[in-house]
Amino acid sequence: MSQEHNMRRVTAIRNGTVIDHIPAGHGMRVLEMLGINKRSSVPVSMVMNVPSKKMGTKDIIKVEDRELTQDELNRLALVAPDAHVAIIRAYSVAEKLTIELGDEIVNVVRCTFSNCITTNPREPLAHRLKILSRVPLELRCHYCGRPQDLDELVNNVL
Amino acid sequence: MPGLITMDDLSNEEILSILDDAQRLLPVAEGKTYLPLLQGKILGNLFFEPSTRTRMSFETAMKRLGGDVVNLGDVKTSSVVKGETLFDTIQMVDGYTDIIAMRHPRQGAAQYAQDAARVPILNGGDGAGHHPTQTMLDLFTIQQAHGRLDGLKVILAGDLRYGRTVHSLSHALTRFGCELILASPSLLKMPPEIVADLNAHGANVTETEDLLGSIETADVVYMTRIQKERFADEDEYAKVAGAYKLHASNLDGAKEDMIIMHPLPRVDEIHPSVDQTRHARYFEQAFNGVVARMALLCRLLDVEVPADIGGGA
Repeated sequence: MSQEHNMRRVTAIRNGTVIDHIPAGHGMRVLEMLGINKRSSVPVSMVMNVPSKKMGTKDIIKVEDRELTQDELNRLALVAPDAHVAIIRAYSVAEKLTIELGDEIVNVVRCTFSNCITTNPREPLAHRLKILSRVPLELRCHYCGRPQDLDELVNNVL
Repeated sequence: MPGLITMDDLSNEEILSILDDAQRLLPVAEGKTYLPLLQGKILGNLFFEPSTRTRMSFETAMKRLGGDVVNLGDVKTSSVVKGETLFDTIQMVDGYTDIIAMRHPRQGAAQYAQDAARVPILNGGDGAGHHPTQTMLDLFTIQQAHGRLDGLKVILAGDLRYGRTVHSLSHALTRFGCELILASPSLLKMPPEIVADLNAHGANVTETEDLLGSIETADVVYMTRIQKERFADEDEYAKVAGAYKLHASNLDGAKEDMIIMHPLPRVDEIHPSVDQTRHARYFEQAFNGVVARMALLCRLLDVEVPADIGGGA
C-alpha cells in the first residue's frame, strides 16, 4: 500500500500540521503530549497502524488550522523522536520540521520520581531531564538523578 | 562557585588532595592547634531533617577553623512550615552566609539548591540520593587504615537501596579500582541505575545476599542499618535484619588489617562484642567527619591549607 494511499485515508488539509512517521500505537500519546484533547476545538484526524516502508506500521496525525511550533514539536522527542512534521499552507507543504533533541529536555515534563524535589509545584526552577542515550531513549532527572520511565513520563507533561 | 553535590563533582586527584589536607588538619580537629583559616566566614547549616553527626561535625569543623555558623534551627518553627519553597529559603541563606551545608528529605534537593544559590552547597544527604561529605570521611578512614584507596576489596552491607552513604561511597571506590561486594536482602538491593553506572565505569561488582561469605578476603566491611519501616511486616524485618548482624565470632577468619565501618547510628547490626576487636573503626570514622569536613570547607571556600601546620600532624 503506497504512502500516497495512506495520506488519503483522511482528507488533505488546507492549513495546519501533518505529523508522519509516528511509531504505531503512539498517536494518542502524541496528541496528549501536544495538549490536543477533548477541549481542543481544531479538527484533528488520526490514522493508526497504517503500513510504512521504513517502520512496518505507523500512525499519522493531521491537525487543521494550527501550526505547531518547534518547541511544541520538541516535546514529541519522548514518544516519536523520528517523526516527520510538515506545516501545510493552502494545501501545500510550506515548511518541513524535524524534532530537535538536545542534551536536555527542559520544562516539558516533570520527573516521575515521587520524592524528587521538583514534585513541589511551587518550586520555581525549570524541570530538567538529561538525555543519556538517544536510541533507546534514556533520561535522568537533572536534580534527583533517577532514570525516567517513558510510559509514566507521558502522564507528567507540563 | 560549585559545591559538592555528588562525588562526580570531584576528580580522583581532588579527592586525594583534600584527604592530604585533612591529614594535615588533624591536630586542629583534635584541638591541639588553633588555626583560624576560616575567620570571618559563615557556614549556614540547613538541616531540614534530623541529623546528629553531620550537623555537629560541620559546626565543629567550622569553629575549629575560626569560622562561624548560623543554623536553620527546627524546621517546625522556621518559615519552611509556613510553606516557603526551598528556592526562597536558599535565596535568603545565600545572602547571609559564605557556604551552606544542607540535608533535605527530598532527593535532588541539594542540586536544586546549588542551581538556586551563588555560594557553594555541601550536600549532607538528599533523600535516598547522595551523601558525598560522608564519603570523604569514609575514604579518609579507609586510607588511614590501609595507606591507600586503590585495589581494595570492600563489602557494602545492609540497606543498599535507601542508604545514601553507600550510593556515594560505591561510586568513589569504583573510581579507585576497588572490588565491591554488595551484600543486601533482595528488597534492599542497590538501585539498578547505580549498579549500571558502576559497571559502566568498569567496576568489579558482585551482588549477593550472603554477608559472611566474603568476610575472610575483605579489606573493608561497611555496615549500614536496616530500617524496620522499610518492611511490610515485623516478622520479615526480623528475619532479614538477623542475617545482617556482625558478631565478634564472625571475624575469626578475617584479615588482620580488615576494618569494619558504619556511618552510625547503629542498632543491632554490629554487636558490642565487635567494639573491642582490632577491626572496629566506626568511632574513629565518626571523629573523621570533623577533619574531612574541615578540609572540604577550606577547599570550597578557596582557602589553602598550609603545608606545615605543626602540632604533631
